[in-house]
Amino acid sequence: MPIPSPFHSRTSKLCTSLRWKDWAGYHAVCSYRTCHEPEYFAFRHAAGLIDVTPLFKYEVYGPDAAALLARITVRDITKLGVGRVTYLCWCDDDGKVVDDGTVSRLEEDYFRVTAAEPSLSWFERMARGYQVTIEDSTQRWGALALQGPNSRDILKQVSDADMDGLGFFRVVRAQLDGVEAFISRTGYTGDLGYEIWVDTSAGSPGSAGSGTAAERVYDALTEAGRNFGLLPAGLDAMDVTRIEAGFIMNGVDYFSAHHCLTEMRKSSPYELGLGWTVKLDRGPFVGQAALAREKRAGSARLFVGLDVAWTDLERVFAGYGLPPEISSAAWRDGRPVYDRDGRWIGQATSGAWSPVLKKNLALAQLEASFATPGERVEIELTAEYRRHRVTATVVKPPFFNPPRKRA
Amino acid sequence: MNPAQRSGRYDAVVIGGGHNGLVCAAYLAKAGRKVLVLERRHVLGGAAVTEELHPGFHFSVCSYVVSLFRPSIIRDLDLAKHGMEIIPLETAFAPRIDDCGLCRWSDPGRTRHEISRFSARDAEIYPEFSLTMTKMAQLVRNIIDSPAPDPTSWNPAELFRLLRLGKELQRGGAESVGMNLKLLTMSAVDFLDRWFESEVLKAVMSVSGIIGTFLGVRSPGTAYVLLHHYMGEIDGAFRSWGYSKGGTGGISLACARAAESFGAEIRTGAGVERVRIKNGRATGIVLANGDEIEAKTVISSCDPRLTFFGLVGRDHLDGDFVEQIERYKLRGSSGKVNLAVDRLPRFHGREGTDFLRGDIAIAPSIDYLERAYDQAKYGEFSERPYLNVVIPSIMDPSVAPPGQHVISMFVQYAPYDIKEGPENWPSKRQAFGDTVVDTLAEYCPGLKESILYRQVLTPWDLEQEFGLSEGNIFQGELSLEQLLFQRPAAGWARYRTPIKNLWMCGSGTHPGGGLMGAPGQLAALSMLGSRQT
Repeated sequence: MPIPSPFHSRTSKLCTSLRWKDWAGYHAVCSYRTCHEPEYFAFRHAAGLIDVTPLFKYEVYGPDAAALLARITVRDITKLGVGRVTYLCWCDDDGKVVDDGTVSRLEEDYFRVTAAEPSLSWFERMARGYQVTIEDSTQRWGALALQGPNSRDILKQVSDADMDGLGFFRVVRAQLDGVEAFISRTGYTGDLGYEIWVDTSAGSPGSAGSGTAAERVYDALTEAGRNFGLLPAGLDAMDVTRIEAGFIMNGVDYFSAHHCLTEMRKSSPYELGLGWTVKLDRGPFVGQAALAREKRAGSARLFVGLDVAWTDLERVFAGYGLPPEISSAAWRDGRPVYDRDGRWIGQATSGAWSPVLKKNLALAQLEASFATPGERVEIELTAEYRRHRVTATVVKPPFFNPPRKRA
Repeated sequence: MNPAQRSGRYDAVVIGGGHNGLVCAAYLAKAGRKVLVLERRHVLGGAAVTEELHPGFHFSVCSYVVSLFRPSIIRDLDLAKHGMEIIPLETAFAPRIDDCGLCRWSDPGRTRHEISRFSARDAEIYPEFSLTMTKMAQLVRNIIDSPAPDPTSWNPAELFRLLRLGKELQRGGAESVGMNLKLLTMSAVDFLDRWFESEVLKAVMSVSGIIGTFLGVRSPGTAYVLLHHYMGEIDGAFRSWGYSKGGTGGISLACARAAESFGAEIRTGAGVERVRIKNGRATGIVLANGDEIEAKTVISSCDPRLTFFGLVGRDHLDGDFVEQIERYKLRGSSGKVNLAVDRLPRFHGREGTDFLRGDIAIAPSIDYLERAYDQAKYGEFSERPYLNVVIPSIMDPSVAPPGQHVISMFVQYAPYDIKEGPENWPSKRQAFGDTVVDTLAEYCPGLKESILYRQVLTPWDLEQEFGLSEGNIFQGELSLEQLLFQRPAAGWARYRTPIKNLWMCGSGTHPGGGLMGAPGQLAALSMLGSRQT
């Protein structure tokens, strides 16, 4: 049975829709109201606050911490500066992705890793011989993502840290309403946004105010957001934004190599569009040889974005006398992709209608020869219980990439 | 592009930097044409404009909600990248003086609960009504996305288009044809009477039939306009009524940035005096400062009267055509009052701001609305007008300082032709503003004390400041006799004019007004298709 997050006392009052689901063993809100769209628009036009506590978190510290992380992930973590965050993946010996997440360097010898899946045993297996301690801190850190164009203005009201000075993918220690926390300029929406990490084991700070540390941070953000259009947001809204941002999801767009019964199901970083995170030319790391081979030979499949032609979609539905029926929620039931002669060339793994772009988007893995932007392919569409194929154009993600994200 | 073009001669000059002019310019520039846009005012946007009239308060001065802006334009011109941000409205609230009124939500279940407080029967019929209207709107939507068919032409393409229109009408069978005839001929109230029994619901729904027309909710022909409300349901935009972030001007600016990204040139503070015409052909324009600009094509986004009687001149036109434009009905019937307030208005029996995340209609009963029209018929503004109120700062805090708000009120009726004569509107402006504030204050006590700034726009102001003849916000009424192949004149519904190389692209052309961008888009595509530019 899922357990409540440290923010549950607050989120459960706000979630009038009672729409919850299990996320990694926690209760997580799908949408606070019956309809998730206002929450989506809050992310894009104002700010949304989402509880991301269920993310798996690991504290890695000790003199060999950097060396260990450089060994087990595809990035050369020794080069990561203190106060910086990086996004990466880690692979098995065959160069197939096990999971993806972020690594923050909080101190010279102190890192925090986030992951989609439990990873402690995998990290520990690799850590033999290293002077390093790995702590599963998933329950210790309550995590909130504050995302959207107004997120910085909201944080300025409640945090003592220099928010203007906090660059993209940086992390800083801060006090929020007197509560110690980390603020990182990261997120899963592809917009200006922050994640706030509160230590729930520290107990309630004695000073004024009431509630636990987590509750106080939640209340402070909610209060500060009142004049900035802040809405509590759930997973349904975030799912649409992450597709617009072209972010993949473990268990949806790919499967951890640890869980795959067949080789076909596994993916390499190159096949997932994560080639840019792989630094081959350095000391040994897990999967290095296989990745080097794939880099030389070229990948069989590649990760792309698809822009599904609206006019085609309209035409298919018009054939049944219907207006186009598109769900406002993201989908994640894979759909086959074909070339123009009807030959299967890959799969779209998730997609969504983008209200901002007015486009129907999908994330896909295709045979490498079809992965060039501008290429026309066909994707399956079901209308009136019947299967159709409609045109889609290959696009390099992200689909939506506002300048404010980095500014 | 040949060297002569690069050296200064434009392929196209667009008169007016409103959203339609800019959309048109962007499409032409995207197709490689050398385009210049000229705007008389110091800001772009025309009636889709944002101005900071009081420090920190950004007003969507005229047009205040985005209704049917075409998704295809957003895609074609990549407007999201150029800063187009539309925040959909979530509610439609009809307050009443004696109780908490009726709020319709984007959640159908919640709406059903609200309506059933007035009539359980209406609550059940409401979705049925929406379904029927959606069916009808499908037909209309196809009309919006293509130029009007020409019923006088034997050109097979035109005949095919007419045939398709007929087929669409017929498709739903006898029932659908009947429904269409009713919609085309009935009054909004008669039409709604066939469905609903509760006064509060009928009243607030009927106003969709009169917005921007000089008709009352009991006038025949107003049922048709109701349809426009349902088009958003089917155009793939999902909740297509919305605010533009930062104010309505944001839409125009996004269009302008898109046009510039394709190479178009845009000038503000450049009023056009007239179109230069030689042997029945437009050859360029003359600016108010006397400068002349040569162009292969001139495109006017102004309304038909301003275009033909102001910029062209009657002398260049046939008597028949002049007659048609004379008869074209503008007769503005609305005004605008914008407020800056230091706190949110409070409504009877409602807490929080959830119910204010959309529009607020002051339309308590059908008699109230009809009475408002009665006064307008005899040349007075309504003592208790219909108001469409929005508080965009709730969902878009960027338009007002923290904790403070902008209130935008669309006011009907305010007839252009008041009995003292339209030129006497300025002396009645403040009295008109007082009436509007008094009206809203009946529903939100304390409103008056919260006002920091007030802007009042009468139909006369809309004409003088924004170039909308007779203050008509749609550049001509959206009544049946001047829609489709009759807009703005029979035989001239395809963006061309009797003057060669002079085109139109404003709301006075098919498919009409309402911040759609469709006239600008369709005009540009027609021009590009004609291979004349």
